[in-house]
Amino acid sequence: MGPLAPNEIISENTNFLLAFFIGIAFGWVLESSGFSSSRKLAGIFYGYDAVVLKVFFTGAITAMLGLLFMSLFGWIDLDLVYVNPTYLTSAIIGGVIMGAGFIMGGFCPGTSFCGAAIGKIDAMVFIVGLFIGVYGFAFTYPWWEKMYMAKYLGEPKISTTLGMSDGMFGLLLIIVALGMFFVAEWAEKKFPREAY
Amino acid sequence: MSEPKETRKTRYLNPYVGGVLLGLVLLAANFVAGRGLGASGAVKSVVATSIQAVGREGGKNMPFMAEYAQSHGSNPMKSWLVFEMLGVLVGGFLSGALAGRLKLKVEHSPKITSKRRLVFALAGGILFGFGSQLGRGCTSGSALSGMAVLSLGGFITMMGIFGTAFALAYFFRKNWI
Repeated sequence: MGPLAPNEIISENTNFLLAFFIGIAFGWVLESSGFSSSRKLAGIFYGYDAVVLKVFFTGAITAMLGLLFMSLFGWIDLDLVYVNPTYLTSAIIGGVIMGAGFIMGGFCPGTSFCGAAIGKIDAMVFIVGLFIGVYGFAFTYPWWEKMYMAKYLGEPKISTTLGMSDGMFGLLLIIVALGMFFVAEWAEKKFPREAY
Repeated sequence: MSEPKETRKTRYLNPYVGGVLLGLVLLAANFVAGRGLGASGAVKSVVATSIQAVGREGGKNMPFMAEYAQSHGSNPMKSWLVFEMLGVLVGGFLSGALAGRLKLKVEHSPKITSKRRLVFALAGGILFGFGSQLGRGCTSGSALSGMAVLSLGGFITMMGIFGTAFALAYFFRKNWI
């Protein structure tokens, strides 16, 4: 049955319309979880607010389990679901640059659009920065092309790389996440939070 | 009688409930479109369109964008992520409106000025924009969505983003605490 668009069960235009509705739900969840506030987002890095960790990992695990179960029941063909390719060098260096941007700017791209939607001027300025950064990369691409393409590993699954089944890795991730949630709850009690 | 505005403003969804809902949205995206959520890709579409609009010559000199436009047909704005991000603006606005959080303001720690906050927001945005292109996606598209499909690259990018932010947190602490 699923995924609907790759299986041509829905048309391209229906897919775009659903993208809009999925986006509404995405923006709604991010905003109502507090992701429109940079001070709340940055809290994870100082221990006073771990909302990012809790929402992010609960979300990733929920979707991961959902996909595994739907595949098990034959509701979705995982071979038709896009798996991000792994280019080792650019995944690491890109991640490091984004991490620096995160601690300086207090947003990531998705959350900055949420912040801008409710009137946060700092989020709007962050979005201006995003455009400058993307233009900057595009204009200087020949300089980075080699790094961008280096160490291509295909589309490996982390479970395969670690030599375990998807389900076993899922279980491991849940245990790790529970451990992190425990530390997060402790940290939030230890480090005071101002009203903001 | 009525609660002070400050406490109402900080009343957010329980983070674990929010996480499950986020996961269901991500699951819906995969079920419908066979792909996860994203954000920086929409910015890239706008950038690609603007470069196309300037003229073919510009595009020719920019293999990164030319290749992107080719893989997205003639119109890079007609992309899944562009429609999704338009939805994010609507959804974020509706949630903020219902919770009474709509307000034009620069949010920052009382210890720093608005100007300092905006300078750092701009710098952070530039880095995030650049990094998201090099890393083939941001926190949404690469880290979150990649983790849901167990992509090795997704987990690596996630660790890169959060690990670096933690490592640098000490140097930028004045901005936040």
